[in-house]
Amino acid sequence: MSAAVSRRQVLRRTLPALGLIILGVLTGGCSTAPVVVGDEPEEPVFSADRLIRPDVQQFDEMDDPFMAFNKTMYRFNYRVDKYVLLPLVIGYYKVTPSFFRAGVHNFFTNFFNIRTIYNSLLQGSGRKTLHTTGRFAVNTTIGLLGLFDPATPMGIPQHREDFGQTLGKWGVGAGPYLVLPLLGPSSVRDGIGTGVDWYVTTQIRDAILDPDRTMQIIWSLLYAIDTRAHVKFLYYGTGSPFEYSLVRTLYTEKRRLDIEK
Amino acid sequence: MALLLGTPASAYDYPFDDPFVATVVGTPADYQADLDVRVPLKRRSIEIFPDREVPDVFFYDKKLRYSYALQKGPAPLVFLIAGTGGSHDGTSNRNIGKALYKAGFHFVALSSPTHSNFIVSASSSHVPGHAFDDAADLYRVMETIWRKLEHKAEVTEFFLTGYSLGAFNTAFVMNIDQERQAFRFKRALMINSPMRLYSSISLLDRMLENIPGGEDNFGAFYQQLIDRFAEVYTRSDELNLSEDFLYKVYEIYQPPNERLAALIGTAFRLAAANMAFTSDVMTDFGYIKPSNVRLRKNTDLATYNHVAMRLGFTDFFHAYFYPYYKARNPALTRTSLIEEMSLATIEDFLRNADNIYVTHNADDLILEPGQIDFFRQVFGERATIYPNGGHLGNMTQRDYVAHMIEIFRP
Repeated sequence: MSAAVSRRQVLRRTLPALGLIILGVLTGGCSTAPVVVGDEPEEPVFSADRLIRPDVQQFDEMDDPFMAFNKTMYRFNYRVDKYVLLPLVIGYYKVTPSFFRAGVHNFFTNFFNIRTIYNSLLQGSGRKTLHTTGRFAVNTTIGLLGLFDPATPMGIPQHREDFGQTLGKWGVGAGPYLVLPLLGPSSVRDGIGTGVDWYVTTQIRDAILDPDRTMQIIWSLLYAIDTRAHVKFLYYGTGSPFEYSLVRTLYTEKRRLDIEK
Repeated sequence: MALLLGTPASAYDYPFDDPFVATVVGTPADYQADLDVRVPLKRRSIEIFPDREVPDVFFYDKKLRYSYALQKGPAPLVFLIAGTGGSHDGTSNRNIGKALYKAGFHFVALSSPTHSNFIVSASSSHVPGHAFDDAADLYRVMETIWRKLEHKAEVTEFFLTGYSLGAFNTAFVMNIDQERQAFRFKRALMINSPMRLYSSISLLDRMLENIPGGEDNFGAFYQQLIDRFAEVYTRSDELNLSEDFLYKVYEIYQPPNERLAALIGTAFRLAAANMAFTSDVMTDFGYIKPSNVRLRKNTDLATYNHVAMRLGFTDFFHAYFYPYYKARNPALTRTSLIEEMSLATIEDFLRNADNIYVTHNADDLILEPGQIDFFRQVFGERATIYPNGGHLGNMTQRDYVAHMIEIFRP
């Protein structure tokens, strides 16, 4: 009986992932090549052949084998953002006072210090482990379970380390660029990292708080809203028809620097 | 009133005498107006041409995006037009919006007709840069938005302003309003306007000659800027990709002054590339994209991006804009089109319109030597010319903002 339940649970958790893989295969099969009306493309006024010397460096270039999937996900995320997440954020700002939102934000920032602590340990960084453990200890106690943030006025720096960075520190390359559903720009390595961090932090949360189903839903909802509210980015908000590759470059370069840091 | 405005703010204090530094750095905190105000900004989108089909690749641009903020009670409303490639909620529009809201105005902020979203959703021709056509498009947009807002806002009077190309647009919109009278703008303010578009775009294109190693090195130079921006972004954890994002690079990587021109040129080049490619896709002219190629949602645009970034505003003018209008009016000549896209075309109107004001800087980079005198002569006491500030560098300077608000005081 319990085996059946857990199997159903496993199924419920893996089905969405399976769906995404299928979607990925489907869209991956969808061509990125443009449609030519007629036999061959007309020569434009300015073609690459005419304008670009093949021997000089270009910009925003990288291997992107999953481009069709990525662009599909980018559009999917835009829609989820526009029709679900942003309305939730706006509603959240309407119905909650600012001290409540600050408390929620502090709480999650503090809780996810756990992620930074084990990743700093795995990266062998004593400095970051010490700082973050200090923050966590101060904010969890004096800061009343993380609702307040006395560690910042005390001058303890805030680091952010995740398992993608840890893998990077260990020498694992980023792999191809990957736009994750809901979460946005990532890479194969960072996507795996996100999965690992999600699993570990969820286990830790459940062990400490032992939340029931309702609590879990409230937690997830608040976490999603709070996270979105603090990301200053709008899909298709750059005014550039080339936004996809600009964001790809910025993400990739930022992650490289994050790992170097 | 004239007395009050005519005095070119004796208190004006702006630290940079190099117009390139001013343009990139803007106004340091110590010199800034207090723009600390919570603006209840609403972001909306609106259909301008309900029957318009939009290509798959621009599916997200079917509606025109704009923003507005309303005071609680009755107040005057200011329409605000962004500059070249500028978005309705870009940095400059937001700063002007803050100043206006703080002073008790409603405002509606619009993207530039050269912004991709505007080209796709709100331009009647999809070919931006035409003084009269852009103004007609803007006027239609304002009327459409106002039909939606008039039930929500208590408006006492209308005002109009814009910066850079948006200031140029402002002049031509005022010209239309004189005839159409839909808004009867009480006053308008043109902030750092070009005088003749072709002069300004030539100056901006030429700035890229300052790229180390020449224009063939553009790819490497631009990549370096993006990487540096990623560094800024890594430090601040804030990805605010507004149209002037390249200037943020300056904050941590202070380039030698001779690179500043290249930096400014690149920021404008970005606007030129976005504009030209978007327009080309909409008209199938065959400027960058082959005319018989249809882009799909997932099509890789990298090569078009590389080509577009190598083409300036003047290329756009000669190989696209002029041929496009020539095909519609065979009598048109290159020279006449260049001369027509100028404030001089409506000089008499501007000279007699005693409700149109100008703020400008004597060292503005988008003006050819002597062009500042056009503003002095045509607008007389209605023009306030500051000695320094480059292109929009002093726009948040204390006295500058105070002066701007003073012009709109009912």
